[in-house]
Amino acid sequence: MLGTIDLSLVDWSRAQFALTAIYHWFFVPLTLGLSFLIAIMETIYVRTGNEEWKRITKFWMKLFGINFAIGIATGIILEFEFGTNWSNYSWMVGDIFGAPLAIEGIFAFFLESTFIAVMFFGWNKVSKKFHLTSTWLVAFGSNLSALWILVANAWMQYPVGMHFNPGTARSEMLNFWDVLFSPFAVNKFLHTVTSAYVVAALFVLGISAWYLYKKRELLLAKRSIIVAAVFGLISALFLAMTGDGSAYLVAQKQPMKLAAMEGLYHGKKGADLVVFGVLKNDAHKDSLDNFTFNLGIPKLLSALGYKNSNAFVPGIKDLVDGNPKENIMSAGAKIEKGRVALAALASFKEFKKLKNQTKADSALGVFNANSTYMGYGYFDTPESIIPNVPLTFYSFRIMILLGGFFIFLFMLVLYFAMKNKLESKKLLLFITMLSFPLGYLASETGWIVAEVGRQPWAIQDLLPTAVATTHIGTSSVITTFVIFAVLFTALLIAEIKIMISQIKSGPEGGDHV
Amino acid sequence: MIRGIKKGFTKVFMLYYDGFRTMTIGKKLWTIILIKLFIMFIILKIFFFPNFLKTKFSSDAERSDYVLEQLTQPNTN
Repeated sequence: MLGTIDLSLVDWSRAQFALTAIYHWFFVPLTLGLSFLIAIMETIYVRTGNEEWKRITKFWMKLFGINFAIGIATGIILEFEFGTNWSNYSWMVGDIFGAPLAIEGIFAFFLESTFIAVMFFGWNKVSKKFHLTSTWLVAFGSNLSALWILVANAWMQYPVGMHFNPGTARSEMLNFWDVLFSPFAVNKFLHTVTSAYVVAALFVLGISAWYLYKKRELLLAKRSIIVAAVFGLISALFLAMTGDGSAYLVAQKQPMKLAAMEGLYHGKKGADLVVFGVLKNDAHKDSLDNFTFNLGIPKLLSALGYKNSNAFVPGIKDLVDGNPKENIMSAGAKIEKGRVALAALASFKEFKKLKNQTKADSALGVFNANSTYMGYGYFDTPESIIPNVPLTFYSFRIMILLGGFFIFLFMLVLYFAMKNKLESKKLLLFITMLSFPLGYLASETGWIVAEVGRQPWAIQDLLPTAVATTHIGTSSVITTFVIFAVLFTALLIAEIKIMISQIKSGPEGGDHV
Repeated sequence: MIRGIKKGFTKVFMLYYDGFRTMTIGKKLWTIILIKLFIMFIILKIFFFPNFLKTKFSSDAERSDYVLEQLTQPNTN
């Protein structure tokens, strides 16, 4: 069925969405994490009355303001794309996404927009406590607005609390709380925002390390490093914890993604977690040896994914060909059921049009019995359910290794900062400066694992990405892709240039926001 | 009470007024924001990103019909 779809259109639509999402995510982590770091610094100022903390707070607030201003509304473009490039998908999820996105709009507008003005303009005009409250509300507001969009994303990975209405082709919400508190939503929110906190902590550490390296703004740098290292360390440890929760959920609900993350072609009991590995170029489910080299920790994948070190972890071959011994249905069988569901949906539509209620009800019964597999009905071959394994596998390794490195870095920096010896550790300062872009790399690769790993699905098991796409001209998608690439690159260059000039000027130099 | 509300509004207005007046880097940022919003909402939204289903169909019934057709025969234009 998918064989007749223009795949270059689908690929360009995906590339366009990926480009805008990746660029959008350059701005978001700093907003989410810096807002809390600033609130913590201002709290210290209000509690101690020490003017140096006010100076420190105002400096980071200025950089926060630059990022906030340049990044503002970049996410709206994703919503434009939903309506133009992903209209089938948008229609199908409209009822589910409507509520979270509306709440996001209200929170973002009222909390962020109102209190951010007090935060920037209110120094010496409102009381210290009111100003501090505003700063905390900006932090909570921006994080709350992130909650709703992440709830929507989590629903696509694990669609719960809804019912597909075959009459309207829309997923209708049955229980808002099931959507909001689905384990995927809770985990995705916590894992994503803590990754943002780590990026923001690395940003503060990197700039402060540069000041120490240059022997400038020593007090600001030292104090900022302590706050950022503690905040970063706590966040990074929590991130690892939620990562563990994420592995468990993926194993239960998206086993193909887990298999791709691990390059696991053949399932086994007591599966190893690959720490390092190089996949062969011709890695395939029917090949028994798919690694050029790999180093794993015995049984850890089974332990993380199933809380049992001897549990069976299905591989790509098990999920495609099926494994009756482990009670795993083949993709081929799911495709058959999916085709029955789609044929019944088409019949239901026809009989409704002909006003033949008896036959429509009968078709509806068949559809309901097979609707769990509806999305599979679009695939021509069982292998179509395999995502891009190398991209998912290597992205996962990069994310995990960098996550471990950040924990080590935060500990090391904190140790030397507490001993007041950080200034003399030139190599460590240099590594700390370089770690900020690595924070972004880890965060973006995390998104690649989450989104590429769940392909070919736009909505897990219900709607393949190719069917979610609007049938518009490929050339128009290419045009907007280029426009976005130019626009976002210009914005990013502007942000970096303004930031660098403000950082070089320091807290006293530079301009007021 | 009315005097109190008036005073409150004046205070809020002055907060914004003084804030915007004393901005330096903020002016550069606002320029970037306004250019960006112009490109996004006036050029991109209108010329490149019409809502496909809203512009092509006039009722929800037509839209759901079209999407159902797309779901059951995904190659149909």
